[in-house]
Amino acid sequence: MYKVVTKRFLNDAKTICLFEIEAPLIARHAQAGQFVVFRLDEQGERVPVSVAGYDREKGTVTVMVQAAGKTTRMLHTVEEGDVISDIVGPLGKATEMEGLKKVCVVGGGVGCAIAYPIAKEMHAKGIDVTFIAGFRSADIVILKEELKAASDKLIIATDDGSYGVKGFTTVFLKNEIEENIKEGKPQFDRVIAIGPDIMMKFLADVTRPYGISTIISLDPIMVDGTGMCGCCRVIVGGETKFACVDGPDFDAHQVDFDSLIKRAAFYKDEQDEAAQHICRITGGKRNG
Amino acid sequence: MANLKVNMSMQKAEMPEQDPVVRAGNFDEVALGYDAETAMKEAARCLDCKNSPCRSGCPVAVKIPRFLEKVRDGDFDAAYEIITSTNSLPAVCGRVCPQEKQCESECVRGIKGESVGIGRLERFVADYHMAKADKPEPVVPASNGHRIAVIGSGPAGLTCAGDLRKLGYDVTIFEAFHKSGGVLVYGIPQFRLPKEIVAAEIENLTKMGVKIVNNAIIGKSITVDELFEDGFEAVFIGSGAGLPQFLHIPGENLLGVYSANELLTRTNLMKAYRSDYDTPIKKFNRVAVVGAGNVAMDAARVSKRLGAEHVYIVYRRGADELPARKEEVEHAEAEGIEFKLLNNPCAIHGDENGHVTGIECVRQELGEPDEKGRRKPVPVKNSNWILDVDTVVIAIGTSPNPLIRNTTSGLAFTKKGGIQADEGGVTSREGVFAGGDAVTGSATVILAMGAGKAGAKSIDEYIRGKAK
Ligand SMILES: Cc1cc2nc3c(=O)[nH]c(=O)nc-3n(C[C@H](O)[C@H](O)[C@H](O)COP(=O)(O)OP(=O)(O)OC[C@H]3O[C@@H](n4cnc5c(N)ncnc54)[C@H](O)[C@@H]3O)c2cc1C
Ligand SMILES: Cc1cc2nc3c(=O)[nH]c(=O)nc-3n(C[C@H](O)[C@H](O)[C@H](O)COP(=O)(O)OP(=O)(O)OC[C@H]3O[C@@H](n4cnc5c(N)ncnc54)[C@H](O)[C@@H]3O)c2cc1C
Ligand code: SF4
Ligand code: SF4
Ligand code: FES
Repeated sequence: MYKVVTKRFLNDAKTICLFEIEAPLIARHAQAGQFVVFRLDEQGERVPVSVAGYDREKGTVTVMVQAAGKTTRMLHTVEEGDVISDIVGPLGKATEMEGLKKVCVVGGGVGCAIAYPIAKEMHAKGIDVTFIAGFRSADIVILKEELKAASDKLIIATDDGSYGVKGFTTVFLKNEIEENIKEGKPQFDRVIAIGPDIMMKFLADVTRPYGISTIISLDPIMVDGTGMCGCCRVIVGGETKFACVDGPDFDAHQVDFDSLIKRAAFYKDEQDEAAQHICRITGGKRNG
Repeated sequence: MANLKVNMSMQKAEMPEQDPVVRAGNFDEVALGYDAETAMKEAARCLDCKNSPCRSGCPVAVKIPRFLEKVRDGDFDAAYEIITSTNSLPAVCGRVCPQEKQCESECVRGIKGESVGIGRLERFVADYHMAKADKPEPVVPASNGHRIAVIGSGPAGLTCAGDLRKLGYDVTIFEAFHKSGGVLVYGIPQFRLPKEIVAAEIENLTKMGVKIVNNAIIGKSITVDELFEDGFEAVFIGSGAGLPQFLHIPGENLLGVYSANELLTRTNLMKAYRSDYDTPIKKFNRVAVVGAGNVAMDAARVSKRLGAEHVYIVYRRGADELPARKEEVEHAEAEGIEFKLLNNPCAIHGDENGHVTGIECVRQELGEPDEKGRRKPVPVKNSNWILDVDTVVIAIGTSPNPLIRNTTSGLAFTKKGGIQADEGGVTSREGVFAGGDAVTGSATVILAMGAGKAGAKSIDEYIRGKAK
């Protein structure tokens, strides 16, 4: 059993919530870019979420989770002091930062939560970080202060212009790259993009012509997270990789996005059914 | 042998089973077990041979004629004591050991007629004990102060931990999954090995004082080096062979292609078949399972129980080469699994949405026997055909997970990725021992248990040697 020591919603719409959980084994080694797998209770699914922070002294790990379906919605009903039955990790490879000087980190929606610890660590290492955060609208914007503190330049964009600048992250990324060229500033030596598959696909298209190395963090459906089931297969550079052990970071210019997007939708019917099921009967909480 | 005459029946007492049509629709146990009377009669078939050849066929050297004698006499408690003096998981072994290749293959009664039903009797004794209300609590051996870490809670790790605890060691098992038992819980299905039985056997160990830390992945959460830093004096690696192999044929990433591990984990460990669990599983109608070992039979029978109308075993060799336990093949056939033997899959086809529509196979003929005497399949020219299915399950084997390999220095590995270890489980690194599937690649429960036992013995010798 693992205790939730802090719980805090990160935006007005309460779509994304932060949980700090006691898990000394994970806190000992966790690094930015890795993930954990949690399970709420005996009947629960195993759900992967990124490491958003850790406190090695306190022995806690922080995750920021969007209510996407049944399990994540039920997680949102867990309160401070409650316990969840399992959390395991850290899994996957940490994000590579060796030798980088100037980086653009792009987050889309909950992807900003996943990208935040990476930006924070890079910034702390002295890497020049431009952060482009994209959201649908003002009510779901998260981590305004944290992202500012973790970057040298922050652009927050919303699709409808209700907060920050109006427009898609792809446009702002292109602007930044062009500006570097026009003003003779050093170009980004890497772009790191985390968000919906479709956003990452278009961001990869933006950087490709400039030849800027682009890394994305993939989140295919997973079961064990340790390389044991093969459920998280993705095609990268024509080869089959297991995202949980070979990733989750991959070269965006090598990823086969079409198969990725199809796989992610595979359990959609079952999930819709499950989500409906909780709303009507228990209102989201299983054990009273 | 005293009071009862030897039962000279040529046949093993039959095992009562659930009706095949009924059981193909449920996850309850297939084989129902002997009653006391049948067990006593069957045990009386044993001749108490002088050198007990049967024992040499058992990797943990169960004192077979001794326990059979007690069963024959109706003293089931004494029989249980005798079995568990060398085998810590009798309810499991009685169910899943490939007895026809182990103990029973050496049984003298098997020369003319059928061997004694050793496995079935072992199961009977274990179940009898488990059902007893007034069981004595297991003895907690006093600690000798030496701490040993065991990686993995499969049969190898559990056996090693149990044996070391009995010797007084302070043992901690580190297990990656949220549940303990290894393949016994995530792989072998409920209808063959009820999970309550595995849980009870594990509880016995924890009552004896074995500690289990779940959700701890060695190589990720903690490294082997850190285990030593944390004060463990020796480490036993029983991490199994959990990495699924794929065929590397076109179409393998289509939707509806699973590894057997994924299908079995979703259903066994995470109970997708029960509506009170959240695990999703895709509804399917026509399933091709590629491979023909125990894993393939389990995947096929699970698919049937999840509601598939047609389930096929696609295998490139012939009926004589089926690697699964005989009983599993018979059970699968009885439940309506269709065998497409001498067919080698060469591609998986899909529709525009990326969903599987069929598996393309090349027919095979049996050619010359290879070194092992198995006749090699040879493709028949222009014999490609497509089996119409919506789901493909790949069950062609697994290999050891590279997590420990990539994070532990000083360990030597085999070409196939297994840890190099001798018969006693001694590896190339001091204080590190290994056994089970992690060393051999996928094998059997009883071989893994044998390796766990050998490892415990070597660890004991190592610690005593150090103390001198
Ligand atoms: C490595 C990794 C890191 C992740 N990090 C985070 C994170 O930090 N914060 C966060 O909120 N989410 C993260 N996710 C996504 C998160 O795992 C899914 O949102 C979650 O599994 C949905 O579970 P559910 O039961 O609530 O919803 P479900 O009912 O299972 O599904 C709801 C929707 O989510 C999709 N989905 C299901 N499983 C996954 C999955 N594993 N990945 C992506 N989409 C999925 C489904 O297609 C469906 O449309 C991460 C996923 C991975 C693989
Ligand atoms: C579906 C199926 C059916 C089978 N049927 C039979 C049968 O009928 N009869 C038979 O004799 N054999 C059968 N087998 C084979 C048998 O189950 C295995 O040979 C046996 O379980 C191997 O035992 P083990 O202890 O070496 O490994 P496992 O049982 O694989 O256990 C290894 C454990 O280690 C854990 N682990 C792995 N890596 C780490 C790590 N880094 N840190 C912490 N923990 C880790 C795993 O999660 C797992 O729990 C079957 C196998 C399968 C998959
Ligand atoms: S443990 Fe297995 S091999 Fe040994 S006697 Fe029992 S059934 Fe036979
Ligand atoms: S070989 Fe068969 S008959 Fe002989 S002792 Fe063993 S079980 Fe009994
Ligand atoms: S999640 Fe099972 S192999 Fe990656």
